[in-house]
Amino acid sequence: MVFSGLAEKLQETFKKLRGKGRLTEEDVDQALKEVRRALIGADVNFLVVKDFIARIRERAVGLDVLQSLTPAQQVIKIVHDELATLMGGTRSKIELAPAPPTVVMMVGLQGGGKTTTTAKLANHMRRQGRRPMLVACDIYRPAAIKQLQVLGGQLDVPVFDMGDNVAPPDIARTAVEKARREGNDLVILDTAGRLHIDEGLMTELQNIMETVKPNEILLVVDSMTGQDAVNVAKAFNERLSLTGVILTKLDGDTRGGAALSVKTVTGCPIKFVGMGEKLDALEDFHPDRMADRILGMGDMLTLIEKAQANFDQEQVEILNNRIRSMEFTLEDFVQQISQVKKMGPLDQILGMIPGLGGMKKLKDLEVDDKDLVFVEAIISSMTPWERQHPQEINGSRRRRIAQGSGTSVQEVNRLLKQFEQTRKMMRQLMDMGKGAKKGKKNLLGFGKKGSPF
Amino acid sequence: MGFFGKLKESLSKTRKNFIEKIDSIVTGRKVIDEDLYEELEEALIQADVGIDAALELVENLRVEVKKRRLSNPEELYAVLKDLIQDILGEETATLNRASAQPAVIMVVGVNGVGKTTTIGKLAHYYKENGNSVLLSAADTFRAAAIDQLEIWGNRVGAAVIKHSEGSDPAAVAFDSLHAARARKIDVLIVDTAGRLHTKSNLMEELKKVHRVLGREMPDAPHEVLLVLDATTGQNAISQARLFKEAVGVTGLVLTKLDGTAKGGVIIAIKQGLDIPIKMIGVGEGIDDLRPFDAREFVDALFARDKKTEEQVG
Repeated sequence: MVFSGLAEKLQETFKKLRGKGRLTEEDVDQALKEVRRALIGADVNFLVVKDFIARIRERAVGLDVLQSLTPAQQVIKIVHDELATLMGGTRSKIELAPAPPTVVMMVGLQGGGKTTTTAKLANHMRRQGRRPMLVACDIYRPAAIKQLQVLGGQLDVPVFDMGDNVAPPDIARTAVEKARREGNDLVILDTAGRLHIDEGLMTELQNIMETVKPNEILLVVDSMTGQDAVNVAKAFNERLSLTGVILTKLDGDTRGGAALSVKTVTGCPIKFVGMGEKLDALEDFHPDRMADRILGMGDMLTLIEKAQANFDQEQVEILNNRIRSMEFTLEDFVQQISQVKKMGPLDQILGMIPGLGGMKKLKDLEVDDKDLVFVEAIISSMTPWERQHPQEINGSRRRRIAQGSGTSVQEVNRLLKQFEQTRKMMRQLMDMGKGAKKGKKNLLGFGKKGSPF
Repeated sequence: MGFFGKLKESLSKTRKNFIEKIDSIVTGRKVIDEDLYEELEEALIQADVGIDAALELVENLRVEVKKRRLSNPEELYAVLKDLIQDILGEETATLNRASAQPAVIMVVGVNGVGKTTTIGKLAHYYKENGNSVLLSAADTFRAAAIDQLEIWGNRVGAAVIKHSEGSDPAAVAFDSLHAARARKIDVLIVDTAGRLHTKSNLMEELKKVHRVLGREMPDAPHEVLLVLDATTGQNAISQARLFKEAVGVTGLVLTKLDGTAKGGVIIAIKQGLDIPIKMIGVGEGIDDLRPFDAREFVDALFARDKKTEEQVG
């Protein structure tokens, strides 16, 4: 991540203000400069930032520095809350029509991910018991129809098309009629990507809208979009009266300031976010988490949710007991790794941990799922006896293990040393009576330089 | 309408927003003061230049103003133009050619930036210049990507080497290179699947394609083009950095410059990573991909009156 921690920068700013009883306007302006930098660095539109800063300023001036020992935290909290409020509103669902079929129209620029998102949305809605039909209204891009057909085939969802010689409004109308006849209660229209200044294609979208009167018109926005996001959103909203927004490609390292810009300009709720290339990678939008992300502050809630969804509770219990009774072995270590792996790519998980997200160290670590693969390979190359008695692994065993796992003796050494340290630390924590929780966090050596993870 | 006219037209929105803004900032002012600098900085930020590059530009502007003892706000305009020109360079970037046949071009980028379309236009560009072209469908992941490339192949009259969907992209690249040699093709263009630069597995896959090409032909690929969407904000910097680290990007292609997006992030990328911008896409037509010319680009960006337009266009 390019961004290196708004929190740190704010702390620096406020360090200079120690001993002051109350924040003056100038102090606040200093801090807000950093906030502004952070927001613009996250691609929030410049004018949106301006408005936003003005609002924050009102709330921050006159803040009691003495009362709170951490004015930096306070400012961040204000900024964060305000961001979340602005992007928030109700956690949105697709509005269903009183009389089926419900018609959803997907619009957006080229390359934003409309076709993929169309398929993801169908998948999502089907899980809620709907019977979706996909409609190929993009007759311009080469092979766009084929792409939708392939995706529909993967999901086993019907795809309606009339080739690339029929006008899209007619395709849409015919599709809705067909859906009504055949009992599909949800019709999702995939339209052609276009520039918001393309008059002809915008008129075509309007025609589709007037022909089938969709219940939802969703703007698909690439979360990596820069300052131009406001112009795009404004243009689409003026012509089509959008009902919602879907942010795509949030699984990258973009800070996604476009979310705030688009929300501010359209006033439409952000309904879903795209988190990967797979067809189940469509998630609900959480304003809180997005605020954290824009500020580069990690996303603890998602992490906890992922942990809950993927951890096998029983196994965790057993593991905890073993840690407590100091029977923790390399076998448990591997098990724990596989638990963590289930939560998703490691770089994503680490990015969600507050403080780590913006840390420069994180870059040096080059956290990589592959590292876990090596660790697993090393441990798998040990005999069960060795796993139970890591301290007995001598030089020749180490050589064998290194060979067996395709690593080097150094790497085996490092792993064993680290495991030993972890055990020691657990013991200390245990002695301190703090329970096993803290030890767990460091179990994988997160944040330690030179660790193989 | 010549290319310059087209570029100018496509940048007209940019010019409108950006130049009018600068005009309104610099004209009607008596002195060069802090407010003025701040407003210039804001104008740059709005063009997606990015906060660091914008601050640096304005800082350099201050230095120049002091050095040249400028006092008239209107003079700032020319100075700022020069500064941007300095960053982007004077030379027209050219695509690297191979000493032996074929020249291998590998095209990479995140999802949805317009890689396949760019390849279609690039193939057309080479054909127009009298080269034979072969396309390699190494995007084996996205649904219908191969079909899309084939349609482009038919349009421009270039054969496509393909495997089935889901096959190993490096294997497609391997076969394509051998086919290109056997057929004595001038230019081989390798399409790859869009991937987010943060996905380590997918980046490894890309490295493998790169490696295989290099193994089969020394110096190949002769050109690794990263396609960037002009609407992308500061994330483009991260994209450029990580793709460069993985496969040694040799040039940028900036697409979708025909909207209201300003593509100012290329200034930040050129400044920070020193990757030359080689081609720009200024429209949906097959002819709308052209070599990037820094002077033209900056001229078009800063052109103010009709006179210059007639002179060049």
